[in-house]
Amino acid sequence: MKALLIRDLRLAVRAGGGFGLGLAFFLIVVVLVPFGVGPEREVLSRIAPGILWVAALLAALLSLDRIFALDFEDGALPLLATSPLPLEGIALAKALAHWITTGLPLAVVAPVLGILLNMEGPTYGWMLVTLLVGTPALSMIGTFGAALTVGLRRGGLLLSLLVLPLYVPTLIFGAEAVRRGAEGLDGVTPLLLQGGITAGCVALLPFATAAALRVNLR
Amino acid sequence: MLEGVSFDVAAGSALILRGPNGVGKTTLLRTLAELQPALAGTVEGAEDAAYASHADGIKAQLTVTENLAFWAEVHGAAVPDAVFASFDLDSLRDRMAGTLSAGQKRRLGLARLGVIGRKVLLLDEPTVSLDAFSVKLFADWLEAEHLGQGGLAVIATHIDLGLDAPEMDLTPYRAAPDAGGGSDEAFL
Repeated sequence: MKALLIRDLRLAVRAGGGFGLGLAFFLIVVVLVPFGVGPEREVLSRIAPGILWVAALLAALLSLDRIFALDFEDGALPLLATSPLPLEGIALAKALAHWITTGLPLAVVAPVLGILLNMEGPTYGWMLVTLLVGTPALSMIGTFGAALTVGLRRGGLLLSLLVLPLYVPTLIFGAEAVRRGAEGLDGVTPLLLQGGITAGCVALLPFATAAALRVNLR
Repeated sequence: MLEGVSFDVAAGSALILRGPNGVGKTTLLRTLAELQPALAGTVEGAEDAAYASHADGIKAQLTVTENLAFWAEVHGAAVPDAVFASFDLDSLRDRMAGTLSAGQKRRLGLARLGVIGRKVLLLDEPTVSLDAFSVKLFADWLEAEHLGQGGLAVIATHIDLGLDAPEMDLTPYRAAPDAGGGSDEAFL
C-alpha cells in the first residue's frame, strides 16, 4: 500500500500528473468572485465561507476521474488486482493519494485566499479545520464514484452526477460550522457531524469501492 | 465462450494456447487469473498467479528502475540485478518509460514478471511488438529462470517461442451459443 501511495504521489507531481489543477481552479474561482459580486466588503465576508467551500468541493471533483482511469487504460489495474494487495487497500491508498494532492493543499490555501474575500478574524481557523476534516470524505466518496465509472469512456459527467449528491452533507455541515464560528456561535456540533461523515466514509467506502472495481474489471 | 476445457500444467512446464482470434484465449487466461468468474468449473492452484497482457501497466512518467521497483515492492520482493541483463534493459535503467520504443516497453513489461516472484505465469500474447532477438531473450529467460526454477506458465501466442512445451488448440472447445438452453427458450 505504501508503494502504491508513493507511486501515485510521484506520478502526480511529475509532468502531466495533474497536481495543481484543482488548486489553480480554486484560485481562479476565488479571485473571480469579488469581481462578479462587487466590492461591498460586508457582502463578501458574509458569503466567503460558502464560496470557499463550494470552490474547494468543485476543485476536488475536477481530478476524480484520474484516480482509476489512468491505471485502467494502461492495464495496471488488473495487475494490481491480481497482486497481493487487497482491493480495499488499493482503494484506501488511492483515496489518500488524492487527498494529499488535492484536499490537503486546498485546506492550506483556503485561509490565504480568504483575504481576497475579506474573511474575518476567527473564520480563518474554522475554515482550515472544517476543510481538513471534510476533504477526506470528498476524496473517499470520489474514489468510490471513480471505481463505479472506471470502464466507461468519458465517464466524467456520470461520475460528477453520482458524486455530487453524496458531497452535499459534507458541504452543508462544513459551511455551517464556518458560518457559526464566524458569528461567534458554537460551531462544534456541525463540525462533529462532518467528522462523523468522514469517519463513516473512510470506514465503509473502501469495501464498496473494492466491490465496484471487481465488477468493472470483469 | 469456451466449454469443456480441462488441463493440468505441472511445475516446471509450460502450456501453449493456440486458436484463431476471438476464440477465447484471453477470456480463459483472465478466468484463470480470477479476474472474472467461470460460469462453470474450477481453477486450482492459481492463487499465486501473475497475469500479463499487452497492456502492462508501465507508467510513462516513471523511469525503468522505478517501474520495476514499484511492482517488486507491491509483491514484497526486491529487484534482482540480473533482471536488467535478462531483458536487455541495462542501458535503459534511468530512462523515462515514456521515451522507450514499443519493443523496449514490452521488454520492461515482461521484466515485471521477473521481479514479482510468482510461480504461475498467465501470459497473453507476450511477444507482441518484440523483434526476433527479444523473443529469443524472453524464451531463454522463461526456460532458464522461470520454468527451470520450478515455475509454470500458460501462454497464449501465435508465434513459435521455441519452447519445449505441449500445445493446446482451443478451437474444438468453442461453446455453441445458448448450448445450455437460453433463458428465452420458453418464449420461442
